[in-house]
Amino acid sequence: MSAPDMQMTTTLAPKADVKGLDFYYGDYRALNSISMPVYERQVTALIGPSGCGKSTFLRCFNRLHDLYPGNRYAGEIVLHPDNTNLLSAEVDPIEVRMRIGMVFQKPNPFPKSIFENVAYGLRVRGETSRRRIEEKVEQALADAALIGEVRNRMHEPAYNLSGGQQQRLCIARALATDPELLLFDEPTSALDPIATASIEELIHDLKERVTILIVTHNMQQAARVSDFTAYMYLGEMIEFGVTDELFIKPAKKQTEDYITGRFG
Amino acid sequence: MTEHASKQYDVDLDSIRSRVLQMGGLVESQIRRALEALASGERALIDDVIAGDQRVNAMEVALDGDCSQVIVKRQPAANDLRMIFAITKTVTDLERMGDEAQKIARMAKSIHERGGLHAAPLVEVRHASEHALSVLRRTLDAFARLDTVTAEEVIRDDARIDAEFRAILRQLITYMMEDPRTISTALDIVWIAKAIERIGDHAKNMAEYVIYIVKGTDVRHTGKPVGNFNET
Repeated sequence: MSAPDMQMTTTLAPKADVKGLDFYYGDYRALNSISMPVYERQVTALIGPSGCGKSTFLRCFNRLHDLYPGNRYAGEIVLHPDNTNLLSAEVDPIEVRMRIGMVFQKPNPFPKSIFENVAYGLRVRGETSRRRIEEKVEQALADAALIGEVRNRMHEPAYNLSGGQQQRLCIARALATDPELLLFDEPTSALDPIATASIEELIHDLKERVTILIVTHNMQQAARVSDFTAYMYLGEMIEFGVTDELFIKPAKKQTEDYITGRFG
Repeated sequence: MTEHASKQYDVDLDSIRSRVLQMGGLVESQIRRALEALASGERALIDDVIAGDQRVNAMEVALDGDCSQVIVKRQPAANDLRMIFAITKTVTDLERMGDEAQKIARMAKSIHERGGLHAAPLVEVRHASEHALSVLRRTLDAFARLDTVTAEEVIRDDARIDAEFRAILRQLITYMMEDPRTISTALDIVWIAKAIERIGDHAKNMAEYVIYIVKGTDVRHTGKPVGNFNET
């Protein structure tokens, strides 16, 4: 792994530090000794060919792999400022998911109203005050740049929204519980260019308050939205660097071959 | 270099690169023929060089269009991006060298319509022009082979052309002081010497782009390039 531009990183604090992370699907080792910082209030993009482990890596952050037996982590993902090792068996994955939100490739609203989709996480958290829930829902929808489009249809089914609106609703749902880190797994691959642009714009605005880690197959998207980029291949972190440099002058030939389409 | 997964991408890039070299060859020929026309005064050759600049201009426009197409279709990154970026700048420098060749031909026309060179001091101009042509040829070789060592030599050599230009100026001032009737011809030769000096500058720019393509380092306006370059 090559070190990113020191000038840029000395002023940044890591929100999370990945240290020697291995991940196994049963006997198969899908991630191999990954170490990298995830800088606070920055966007970090994970790129690499299909099967390289970037989604596997992303899902380690909110312990999604715990849902299936036989999966195993080694190493640490330390979340700051309390230095919690997210992978520790003593840490409750539900607590982890309260702090770390996730948005998936295809919008996956619940079969509920627009309002209830966003309120869901708050209710799970035990929030009972209707006034506080309404305030939070409105704020999350505003933060997801959706409020103007749904203000008068809060109680309509979420499925009535367009694909791009549904994805922003999912982002609002994730934001409602005030996550510290937001994970995006190819959030625009099912959207048209206009909806994609609005999600990218939203990511740009959101990084003022939340740290973002995004998996994308679209390298131009990585170049547009991220501050840092990590290139992964066969479960290994090949290069991690400042996005502006990595797409013009990558340090590793493997990275250059991939981003220029010479891969394979 | 490893091939792209898209063969058509390789074909497009190879085509652009080879046409940059063709354009370079055309510009080199324009400069050489302009200097021949200066020495011989052959009217047909002068007119041919002046008209030939249109071909250089057309190649610039076509190559810029092709580079735009690659950007739109392929969104080049890393070394491909540096290559396309450098090519769009290289063709601008080549087009301006073409303008300088045309300028030399126009000055040659003016000088010969006025009655020829007489005893004008042209030996140094010839030296400087051979030097500028050599620099251009080596720059094109460096571009073709992505050879940063030659590119660095070219950058170093540009200082010699600048020094030759200053020597020509001093000599022409003496020439004009000795016989004021030569002032018109001498001024035309100053323009020719300046054109040659500019050709060296453009070649130097192109050599800097070669270093950028290969190393990703922008050595413009830094005083010296990277690598094993020792400033003299």
